[in-house]
Amino acid sequence: MASSTGEAPESKGTHQYQPRDFKVVGTTPLRPDGVDKVTGRARFGADMNLPGQLVGKVLRSPHPHAKLVSIDTSEAEALPGVKAVVTRDDFAENEAHHDILCNIMARDKVLYEGHAVAAVAATSRAIALKALKKIKVVYDILPHVTDVDEAMKADAPILHDDMFTHGVDPMPTTASNIAGRCEFGHGDVDAGFEQADIIIERNFKTAATHQGYIEPHACVATVTSDDYGELWGCTQGHFVLRNVSASLVGMDVSKLRVTASEIGGGFGGKTTVFLEPVCLMLAKKSGKPVKMAMTRDEVFKASGPTASSSMDVKIGCTKDGRITAGFAEVRYQGGAFRGAPADFGAMCAFACYALENVKAIGWEVVTNRPKGAAYRAPGAPMSVYAVESVVDELAKAIDMDPIDFRLKNAARNGDKSSYGPKFESLGLVETLEAAKNHPNYQIPLGPNQGRGVASGFWFNFGGETCSTLNVNQDGTVAISVGTPDIGGSRASMCQMAAEELGIPYDQVRAIVTDTSSLGFNDTTEGSRVTFSSGMAVIFAAREIIGKLCERAAMMWDIPVEAVKWEEGKAIPAGANAGDFEPLTLAEIADAAGGTGGPIAGHHEYNADGAGVSFGTHLVDTEVDPETGFVKILRYTVIQDAGKAIHPSYVEGQFQGGAVQGIGWALNEEYIYGDDGKLQNAGFLDYRLPVASDLPMIDTVIVEVPNPGHPYGVRGVGETGIVPPLAAIANSVSDAANLRMTELPMSPPRILKAIHQAEAAE
Amino acid sequence: MGIHVSTKINGDDVEFVCDAEETLLDVLRDRLNLTGAKEGCATGDCGACSVTIDGRLTCSCLTLGAEVEGREIGTVEGVAKGNELHPIQQKILDNAALQCGVCTPGIVVAAKALLEKKPDPSEEEIRYWMAGNLCRCTGYDKIIRAIQDAAAEMRG
Amino acid sequence: MVQVVLSGIMKTAVDDQAEIEIEAKNIKQLLDALARDYPKMEPYVKKGLAVSINGVIYRDSLYQKIPEDAEIFVIPRLAGG
Repeated sequence: MASSTGEAPESKGTHQYQPRDFKVVGTTPLRPDGVDKVTGRARFGADMNLPGQLVGKVLRSPHPHAKLVSIDTSEAEALPGVKAVVTRDDFAENEAHHDILCNIMARDKVLYEGHAVAAVAATSRAIALKALKKIKVVYDILPHVTDVDEAMKADAPILHDDMFTHGVDPMPTTASNIAGRCEFGHGDVDAGFEQADIIIERNFKTAATHQGYIEPHACVATVTSDDYGELWGCTQGHFVLRNVSASLVGMDVSKLRVTASEIGGGFGGKTTVFLEPVCLMLAKKSGKPVKMAMTRDEVFKASGPTASSSMDVKIGCTKDGRITAGFAEVRYQGGAFRGAPADFGAMCAFACYALENVKAIGWEVVTNRPKGAAYRAPGAPMSVYAVESVVDELAKAIDMDPIDFRLKNAARNGDKSSYGPKFESLGLVETLEAAKNHPNYQIPLGPNQGRGVASGFWFNFGGETCSTLNVNQDGTVAISVGTPDIGGSRASMCQMAAEELGIPYDQVRAIVTDTSSLGFNDTTEGSRVTFSSGMAVIFAAREIIGKLCERAAMMWDIPVEAVKWEEGKAIPAGANAGDFEPLTLAEIADAAGGTGGPIAGHHEYNADGAGVSFGTHLVDTEVDPETGFVKILRYTVIQDAGKAIHPSYVEGQFQGGAVQGIGWALNEEYIYGDDGKLQNAGFLDYRLPVASDLPMIDTVIVEVPNPGHPYGVRGVGETGIVPPLAAIANSVSDAANLRMTELPMSPPRILKAIHQAEAAE
Repeated sequence: MGIHVSTKINGDDVEFVCDAEETLLDVLRDRLNLTGAKEGCATGDCGACSVTIDGRLTCSCLTLGAEVEGREIGTVEGVAKGNELHPIQQKILDNAALQCGVCTPGIVVAAKALLEKKPDPSEEEIRYWMAGNLCRCTGYDKIIRAIQDAAAEMRG
Repeated sequence: MVQVVLSGIMKTAVDDQAEIEIEAKNIKQLLDALARDYPKMEPYVKKGLAVSINGVIYRDSLYQKIPEDAEIFVIPRLAGG
């Protein structure tokens, strides 16, 4: 490679990609945190303990909707062993984080079953639980609504009397459960439908699903009498957690230090706060460290699932397979507060296609369910399921191969996206071509078996980021990043630093630092970490190279311009520079004490220029006509990674996303009774896919470089969950010769559809 | 009223006092500081708390602490011999068969129990044996491969 | 002047115009002008937006320069899992 000068490009976010031959990037070394994780030594959220800690527990509403008339905690406070009780009275109003405040501790109303009403810290869990029973809460029960379509009706019970629909002009003057309306698109869809030879229009429904991380939320907090606090816990974003928690508790941000523990899965669900401000408040009030952990029941009832949806899609095409118009209207409920990702759903719905006429409308709705949180490509899987189902049907209707149909309409470089901006560089066509050429696309199918295809999209983004690299005295390098490692990113960071510095992977080690050791970093979300923190590591390494060359120049007594860095060594830049033995990083580090002291590199920036991400999935299923059970026979994920830093972990993201999508398509659903209560708040009844449900998940990593990253990296975390819902629905439809329009496609639903189809014949 | 229990954990004699309602998982984590076993559900559905009792794979969240008097318990902390990893641990690392790693202790304990019982399991046998251990990150593909690799290595 | 397209929830805040013209040399000037000229835009600007300049989406870089003939879209601030 050419020598690096340590300068970061002037314009961040555009055209920094430079082709190169990689030495470490693209290999699959062992992760730095691996041994701790296979031996049980890694410390997750609930594994941290402080001397003299109390146990905190939360009292939760049994009602889906009620006025909170009064809370009497006196008997609980009097119980021996109880050291603090907190309720809404302990938290001041907070304009900036109003909804989060109302969610972590109910104020005038409880809005869903499981809504926190009070919390206790006691010397043991048994005493804390006993104390919860002694808290007397008077509820004034209100009618509730949990279904999105019901919630939008004019006579629906209203959750917030100050909710007036945004995005409608003029803004309504009566309150409703419709938080907002948004619209994306261009062209004239009516004119487009006029040009169509065939138009298919359908309604779809998807159930709410939970991220299903295996580790429940947990934290331990301490607040000293001079108002300094520390908190350890599992979170995707400890800087954001610090800001929000400090604000809600009324502390100075600078006085709270947050350390992100190892995190046992998040998928978006750990991007916000639930227990943390409550834990801090209990610690503050009791003067003792407090530890809290949710039970699985609490995770389901009181932490964020994704939205459920109800959607209408209408697409028209010509006989030769050109889409003339696409229309989608998606209605998402995201629980009791604003934030259902209807906008992202509307934006992603048609993102795979270059369309002249497209319109997508999104409705954001509130219901008496737990406040939704982000879940992997938030909002995209549902709308893409609806669109890709209709696309599949159109291809069938004109007797065209579904991949050819997609290739004919696929978004390409320079095309206007369905959500507005022009696509600059994208790998959708490459994934479709790889799918078409994949051996799994050719395998003959047996009776009751079907094949499905679907593509999907996620934006990807960067965000505020900084990283520091310190050269140790022995010539190894320590990386500090501020983004919790949720799927092996520390390994990727080490690879990128080793690549730049020209040293072996095992000479570099990365850690996730606490909030006092680095500047603000945005959360680990949106597939941003390998892209953003990784790029900061690359630029910080280049800064170090500049300094290493300076030190070598000093040691050789030649100008720094006469030194270059190659393969982990400083060497004279040319014959005129003089004749010197190369200096290794270790030799320069060893001499650093006499040449200017420690050597470090740092980079801080807004990481813009994350490349868009596309994937195409192939799935074969077999539907048992007797039971309605769907067996996944083969599954193939093909996705553009830009450049895979650690291919094994890229494959892991593909496989994990696909299997979450399989669960969403086939099993997983929040089931509510007429009483507005969740009926399946446990892993027995809310069934995640298990090993025996699945085949191996084949993967193909496509690499179309992102122009906005020096190595071409694109985020890979989110897109994998977008195509599976539709791919499986299309496969099941092919196998059973019927169109499934409601998820999950659980055996009773499929059986019902089979019987209906038989009756219709 | 505490209950006194004498047991053996990972080959060492251990004594503890626990309350009647405390699970073995509570005892391991809160009294003995063996936090390798995780509480993912406390209802026996996720397998993150897997241990062996007298060699038999068990969810420690479904066993009371008081029940293990005189029994022999194996936890993830006892799988490696000092710093020498067990083949299943090494193969999980080699195959990148973990992402967040919170299910990994349970996977290690369960897979080791399988291979001790059945040195040459088929893919289907592995999948059914491991069906009690939820992993939300990996889609199981690499975990199954890691177990197959470990089985092959252990057979020699 | 740059041509700006607002989509999603914000379209009604600019009186349903498909495209508006704004004098702005960087993203901050653009957002300030939007909030000033279209009062209904203020809450959205306050909440945070993303701006696409010639196909590259900027979420945080307020002082990113906007070239004269750039294609500008104002879209919701992206979030993710």
